[in-house]
Amino acid sequence: MTHISATVDGVHRQGEVEPRTLLVHWLRESLGQVGTTVGCDTSNCGACTVLVDGRSVKSCSVLAVQIDGKSVTTIQGLAEGEDWHPVQRAFKECHGLQCGYCTPGMVMASVDLLSENPNPTEAEIREGLEGNLCRCTGYHNIVKAVQTAAAEMGATT
Amino acid sequence: MIPASFDYVKASTVDEAVAALVKGGEDAKVLGGGQSLLPVLRLRLNAPSVLIDVSEVGEMRALTDDGDALLIGASVTTYEVMHSELVKEHAGLLSLTAGAVADPAIRHKGTFGGSVAHADPAGDLPTVAAALDCEMVIAGPNGRRTVAAKDFFVDYFTTALAADEVLVAVRVPKLGAGWSYNYQKFNRTAQAWAIVGVAAAVKSENGTITEARVALTNMGATPIRATGVEAALAGASSSDAIAAAASKAADGTSPTSDLHADSEYRKHLAAVLTRRAVEAASGI
Repeated sequence: MTHISATVDGVHRQGEVEPRTLLVHWLRESLGQVGTTVGCDTSNCGACTVLVDGRSVKSCSVLAVQIDGKSVTTIQGLAEGEDWHPVQRAFKECHGLQCGYCTPGMVMASVDLLSENPNPTEAEIREGLEGNLCRCTGYHNIVKAVQTAAAEMGATT
Repeated sequence: MIPASFDYVKASTVDEAVAALVKGGEDAKVLGGGQSLLPVLRLRLNAPSVLIDVSEVGEMRALTDDGDALLIGASVTTYEVMHSELVKEHAGLLSLTAGAVADPAIRHKGTFGGSVAHADPAGDLPTVAAALDCEMVIAGPNGRRTVAAKDFFVDYFTTALAADEVLVAVRVPKLGAGWSYNYQKFNRTAQAWAIVGVAAAVKSENGTITEARVALTNMGATPIRATGVEAALAGASSSDAIAAAASKAADGTSPTSDLHADSEYRKHLAAVLTRRAVEAASGI
């Protein structure tokens, strides 16, 4: 077992993990942060996307031991109290989802995209989200949600 | 799936990593960002006894100007390579191609050195290492050695690295003035591997190509330099001349056939993509 400690959604967490424990399993099974979903399990679909030190990673393809000392943000750490993150609100308002399974990863990838490029073109949004698959929406409303969030975040900063 | 059990060693220096490799024997594996290794472990295609994490070895995290070359530590991420001002200025082909690798989340974690050491024939960055005549700086129990790209890539997923050696850095010669470049990657879906890829760098004077480097992705067991194209491009100043040179791209290759493309189609793609890459690079 290996000792790790990390900040997860603003809370200091630590524990003993088997080195083979995947980050997504540590989050879900040890910490109970089940907002992050496991989709394809082969690093294709992006459903498990979280931020590590502010940048998106696929938590099914990162070992828990690799985030020792780092800061992890999951979909559950985005809202401030009752106030949803603008990207969360935009996905709801634009109906950027149908079944919702890809949504936690899609939102986190969008947050990462907008942190780097606050005013992306449609092509840049599609390119930026290429690592996240949605089998329901055809992406149309997802792109619209990111554009809506970008406009709102631009207006408030 | 969950990987088979392994021990985990976090190295803080190159010497520690080498010592752990020597101790771990043939079943030890080096962990960089893990973006190629972890899928392999999860699919249980490999089950190393120990993983040696080099992702935070200071020397391997450095990206420095080394005179006539850039020295890029093996643990510098693909994302960092893509955005580095030094790389953009002196090795723009590498910066451009880094942006074609996988998707943003994988680029954040995956490393340049890991991609090179993994040596997937469909990987984009080994092709750039071949095109730019990079040199691999390798550390082992008997000290350090440097291996040229042409000798480094040996076979499918096989390099000159011995089981007890670690790739420390890649020395990327600066292209210098007058060079322009392009990378063409053909795939059918977002974030997929290249069915075929072509890296081209050309030096031009007054609209005429004077020197060219062309390397191919996924046209064989290793990245391949299209030397016939390179020779034929010298003196080219028209799109017809470029097309004639590019038609030699698949000469001497025997690419694999798989569910994405058969061998003949890959050869066709190599010529088409070479023409496009050289045209885009040269502006001719």
